[in-house]
Order: sequence, then structure tokens, then C-alpha cells
Amino acid sequence: MHSKTVEIGVGLFVALGLAALLMLAMKVSNLAELTTPDGYQLSARFDNIGGLKVRSPVTMGGVRVGRVVGIEFDDHTYEAVVQFSVNPRYSRIPLDTSASIFTAGLLGEQYISLDAGGDEAFMTDGGEITLTQSAIVLEQVIGQFLYNKAAEGGS
Amino acid sequence: MIGLLRGFGRTALSIFERLGRGTIFLLYVLAGTPGLALRPSLVIAQVWSVGVRSLVITVVSGVFVGMVLGLQGYNTLVDFGAEESLGVVVALSLVRELGPVVAALLFAGRAGSALTAEIGLMKATEQLDGMEMMAVDPLSRVVAPRFVAGVISMPLLAAMFSAVGVLGGYFVGVGLLGVDEGAFWSQMQSKVDVYDDVLNGVIKSVAFGVVVTWIAVFEGYDSIPTSEGVSKATTRTVVHSSLAVLGLDFVLTALMFN
Repeated sequence: MHSKTVEIGVGLFVALGLAALLMLAMKVSNLAELTTPDGYQLSARFDNIGGLKVRSPVTMGGVRVGRVVGIEFDDHTYEAVVQFSVNPRYSRIPLDTSASIFTAGLLGEQYISLDAGGDEAFMTDGGEITLTQSAIVLEQVIGQFLYNKAAEGGS
Repeated sequence: MIGLLRGFGRTALSIFERLGRGTIFLLYVLAGTPGLALRPSLVIAQVWSVGVRSLVITVVSGVFVGMVLGLQGYNTLVDFGAEESLGVVVALSLVRELGPVVAALLFAGRAGSALTAEIGLMKATEQLDGMEMMAVDPLSRVVAPRFVAGVISMPLLAAMFSAVGVLGGYFVGVGLLGVDEGAFWSQMQSKVDVYDDVLNGVIKSVAFGVVVTWIAVFEGYDSIPTSEGVSKATTRTVVHSSLAVLGLDFVLTALMFN
């Protein structure tokens, strides 16, 4: 009797522990996201990607459609090449879509925003987005603003 | 002057001697673990007393730590209009640090001290000697099951601590303070990584389980067989294993999340 209670208790304990681990993996962390199909890959070239990172979100109309999977620097054109995968559900991205790097909030993380064009043909795996707008680097903007102010004051 | 030097030397030598004895002891215990596969009931009984009976204190502490994190995190984040990140704050601090560390400290206090006192009293009442007389190896019969049970229980307890802590943070953040539920979970899921955060937390808790249980069984086995000796050994277990957990946590954090 006693050893039976002990065994049931230990079984319950181990099951609870594993359930907690499973909850941490599935509900708290990104395992569910990692295991979903990768979708198709697109790339885009930017002059400056700012603080974009691998696994940053890719959005369209504010909805997350994919994530960045790779960032490289092309030392022939001196541009950053960003590879990102798009969920296969969103297969109707026009060829003349443009990509910009925006910041979520004033100090938030950076993400790629895609703006659909009007082309009838759609992007396929390995496609490249040619219309791009670089990240806005806050220091440059402030520097420019100060420079303009100084120029105004001088005249 | 010479006396001072001699005192230093004696202390250093005794520390190294204890470390060496502890390591040899651990090797003997590890050598005794394969035999446990034939007698799993020994381990199960110890998982009951070491793990299951630490469950209540671990889970209750986890809920409260999570709730406090939710409250304090909210107060800080709301100034920046970033209260949606509350889920990330709660989950990352629990999974990476607080879960393994606080669960290990509780484990040292609740289970480690009991292990030391039990083994120490067995030694003081000459039960261990009696076993040896009957050609039963106390290391593989008494110590090894307790060691294995501790190493099994600790990661499970830490995982439960983190899980209920996240739920506690959810209860305070979403239930009481009105953080958006979707943002709470989705930000958490996008920022917490399975391998970098959850798996490293589990590795930490396994390491703490080994260290705390090792110190506990060694102190018990090595205690002076008097009531005073056992009481000192029990105190040492709690103090040393808490310090070891905190020190080891720093080293592991520096290695994992630099």
C-alpha cells in the first residue's frame, strides 16, 4: 500500500515536471514557431540595415508574414544582403513589392516592412526585392536636423 | 608570523583534502549508480522523499516569485509604455536565472539538509558500519540512490518553478494590471529561445542538482558521528551548497549568455 502511494506520487511528480518543461518549450518559447514550415526565401539589398537582426520580423500591412534568416555584406556592391523566409500562406507578393526597414516605436526593435506593388506576377522562391529603403539611423537624422538649424541660424 | 603562515597552510591543506575526499567519494557513488538499474524501487523511494515532498514549497515559491516579478516589472515598464514586454521580462528572468537558482536554493534547504541529517544519523547510530559488516556497500545502497534521486528531481522542480512562475506573472500582469493577453504571450514567444534560454536553464538546473546533492550526501557521509557533528554538517550543507549554486550560476551564465 505504502509503496504504491509512493510510486504513484513519483510518477505524478515526473509527469508534472515534464509537463512544465513542455509548457516552457511550447507556450513560453519559440519552439512552435521554429517547427513550422520555413516557407520560401526572398532577399533584399539595403544600403544600411541599422539594427536589423536574424529572426527579426518581416511584416506586410503590419501583419507578420515571415522572419529574417540571414544577413550578409556584399563587398562588391557594398550593400547588406538580407535573406528572409515568408510563410507559404502568403504566396501572392507582387514582383514590384518594396521593402523598408522600420523601427517598432521610437526605440523598439527593427523590422522589414513590405509594401505590395501592382504587378500581376508574384514572387517565387529565391526572388529578390529591388525597391528598398534603408533603415533610418536616428543619429543621422538628428545630425542633419542640427546641421540645417545651424545653416538657418547662420544666414 | 610563522604561526599565521602555518594557520594559512593548515586551512588550505584541509580544504584541498576535503575537496579530494569529496571527489573520490563522488567517483565511488557514481560507480555505484549502474547497479541501481536493477533496483529502481530504491531510487523511487528517494525521489519521493527528495523531490515530491519538495514540490509544495517549490511551486508556492514559484507562483509568488512570478507574481512579484509581474508587479515590479510592470511598475518599471509602464514608465516607458512598454508594459506589453512584461511577459518577456517575467519569462526570461525565470527561465534563465530565477527558476534554476531559487529552486536550487530551496532544494538545498528543504532536501539537502534532510539528506545530510539522515545519512549523518545513520553514521552516528552505526547503521552504515552495520551494513558494511553484512557486506552491503553503504555507498551503493544508501548514498547512490539519494544522489540519483536528487539529480533527477532538481531539473523537474526547476522546470515547475519556472512554469508556475510564468503563470503567476500572467495572473498579475494580465489578470490584475490589465496587460494585453495576446501581447503578453506573443512577445514572450518571440523573444524566448528554446535552445538559448530554456535548454540552458535546464542544463543549469542539472548542474545545480549534481552539486547540491553531492555536497549534501558527502557532508552526511563525512560528518563527525556525534549529534553536534551532524548538526554542523547539516549547517555546512545549506551554506556550502547555497554558495556553490550562486558561484556556479555566475560561471554558467558567463559561459552561456555572454
